[in-house]
Amino acid sequence: MTAVGSYFKIGPTRLFVHAAVLLIVIVWLIPTLGIFVSALRDKDQIVVSGWWTSFVGSTQTVAVRLGTADQQQQEGAAYVIAGNVLEGQTGRSVKAFGNRVQQPAAFKAGETADLGDGETLQINSDGSYRYMKNAAFSPDERPRRIYASVSAPPEFTMQNYKTVLTGEGIGQSFINSLTVTIPATIIPILIAAFAAYALSWMEFPGRGLLIALVVGLIVVPLQMSLIPLLRLYNEIGTMLGQPSKTYPGIWMAHTAFGMPLAIYLLRAYIAGLPKEIIESARVDGASDFEIFVRIVLPLSFPALASFAIFQFLWVWNDLLVAMVFLGTDKDHLVLTGSLNALLGSRGGNWEILTASAFVTIIVPLLVFFGLQRYLVRGLLAGSVKGG
Amino acid sequence: MLSQIVSALGVVVVAVFACSAYFYFSNKILDLALPVKDGDIRAASRNLNRRALVRPWLFVGPALFLLIVYLVYPVVATFILSFYDRAGQQFVGVANYKWALGDREFRQSIFNNILWLAVVPAACTFFGLVIAVMTDRIWWGNIAKSIVFMPMAISFVGASVIWKFIYEYRGGNDVQIGLLNAIVQTFGGTPEVWISVPFWNNFFLMVILIWIQTGFAMVILSAALRGIPEETIEAAVIDGANGWQIFSRIMVPQVWGSIAVVWTTITILVLKVFDIVLTMTNGQWQSMVLANLMFNWLFRGGGDSGRSAVIAIIIMLAVTPIMVWNVRRANRELKGH
Repeated sequence: MTAVGSYFKIGPTRLFVHAAVLLIVIVWLIPTLGIFVSALRDKDQIVVSGWWTSFVGSTQTVAVRLGTADQQQQEGAAYVIAGNVLEGQTGRSVKAFGNRVQQPAAFKAGETADLGDGETLQINSDGSYRYMKNAAFSPDERPRRIYASVSAPPEFTMQNYKTVLTGEGIGQSFINSLTVTIPATIIPILIAAFAAYALSWMEFPGRGLLIALVVGLIVVPLQMSLIPLLRLYNEIGTMLGQPSKTYPGIWMAHTAFGMPLAIYLLRAYIAGLPKEIIESARVDGASDFEIFVRIVLPLSFPALASFAIFQFLWVWNDLLVAMVFLGTDKDHLVLTGSLNALLGSRGGNWEILTASAFVTIIVPLLVFFGLQRYLVRGLLAGSVKGG
Repeated sequence: MLSQIVSALGVVVVAVFACSAYFYFSNKILDLALPVKDGDIRAASRNLNRRALVRPWLFVGPALFLLIVYLVYPVVATFILSFYDRAGQQFVGVANYKWALGDREFRQSIFNNILWLAVVPAACTFFGLVIAVMTDRIWWGNIAKSIVFMPMAISFVGASVIWKFIYEYRGGNDVQIGLLNAIVQTFGGTPEVWISVPFWNNFFLMVILIWIQTGFAMVILSAALRGIPEETIEAAVIDGANGWQIFSRIMVPQVWGSIAVVWTTITILVLKVFDIVLTMTNGQWQSMVLANLMFNWLFRGGGDSGRSAVIAIIIMLAVTPIMVWNVRRANRELKGH
């Protein structure tokens, strides 16, 4: 039991705390839940009802055309067109119907509506209808349009995902994002770990200054780097006759921007490794390279993992660096970029936006929940020390 | 699609391999160039010393190179560029700075940035602390913490979509599909287009960042709270302190260092906030902040590097005190080792 816990154990407000935390959890969860639920809904339903109603089913107004004159059958003096307005849809029922768009629910299901001109219409809740006229239906007449309030049970679909993965460039962007993220996660760890080892266990002039530089650079805003680096990239691009916006270019950028924090976090960990191990390896004649690869790297796994998660989330979720150093053409657009573009071009198409958002969120969420323990450990190694 | 996956995998492997190869071969070459043979003891010890002189730089070399090219050089270059015209050719003195002071949009951005800086770090730290204290005392606290921490994994763009959906507005008599407007309507209010209400829209954007960052504050502060010695709190309980007194007089002062760390980290983040404003409003309806203004000037109408450099310098100036404080803290820590 922690100190804080034991104090509260005797507090009289336990119930209040449970309620308050529950409220917080709900508030924190609901925004994301809205996206997940909406992405699974039919696109016509998203725009006519709130996503929170999707669990209890919904009522929507649909327009249907009744059968044509060639389906009519004579019954005594009257002619009847019969059929079903819910043809091919299971689980739905008609609540009401009407023949004018202003009053789509003028008549209850099962009622017989007088449509004038000797015509009557009856629609039952199972969708079956009888459209009757006291004379023959003329074959020239267009099939009649009526409106029905149809109640649908909660229903979910994967259609939105199919649409965005194949049609909206999200699938392509997904691969682009992976191409950016994987090297931009592994390379900085390698480089930073070597540097962190040197800064912790090797004696050389300027070491203290280097550490101060790293710490100072942690806070340099990314924005500072944009203009000079863009110029540099353009010059190098022209010099080599290559486009200036390339994958290696963005890997380098992400590697460099993550470097100060990486060295800082890894150094804190590597410097804390037991002195005896490293010194006895030295006495045995191992070089620093061997010590690093054989001893320090395996021992530092928790710190490496926590930084890897950080860097992965950071690179995967980045928009600015990708927009500037990789550009916004279709072959290079990363997921955050596509999502941003969709917000502009498909601002009202919530079925596309929600499904795309889910695709961009799912990988970091999986990484996050899978490796949360390491992430927290990394956060604490860097921030609480000496705090 | 498949060919792209294959080629992507290919470059990934090559890139990672090239990086490992540098470290392996540079060290190998050093060992070969300065051999330590058993025969000549004097030469061997001389070579050993030389190796010890060179090897640290093989280790820190790539990192140092990247830090200098991508962070140190740009700071200097941006500073110089801020005194040049839009193409970076003609020296114009402090004209760009003068422009900034007189520009309405710039002043609006400064005002909004100050608003963000005043609200977001404070709100995140406050909520983080309160949630940390509360979740530490209930059995399902860890689950609650995971859920509050979860938005940390979501990109700012993703979060913007999520919250745009919450703020969604439907005109006329349409059913509101945005949660906020639906709630407002249920309680008899009038639905609004929240993100285009000048001044107040800033707060609706801030909510997104607070939602993302509170988990970070909570994790750090929760760990700090666990570090408080039990005796301190017990003594206070015996002396008859009530809950609020224990929280404000014992807990908060004890975790003051961590509060400062959290506060500064989020402050830096706020200064760099770009994605949220870009995706939600793109700076319209008086919601512009410095980072977006800078981005706009960088690309607007062919770009104006002088003016955007000035804005970058202003952002840099704002973080400089934090930088100094950070370096001092680290130095103190190193000496304590």
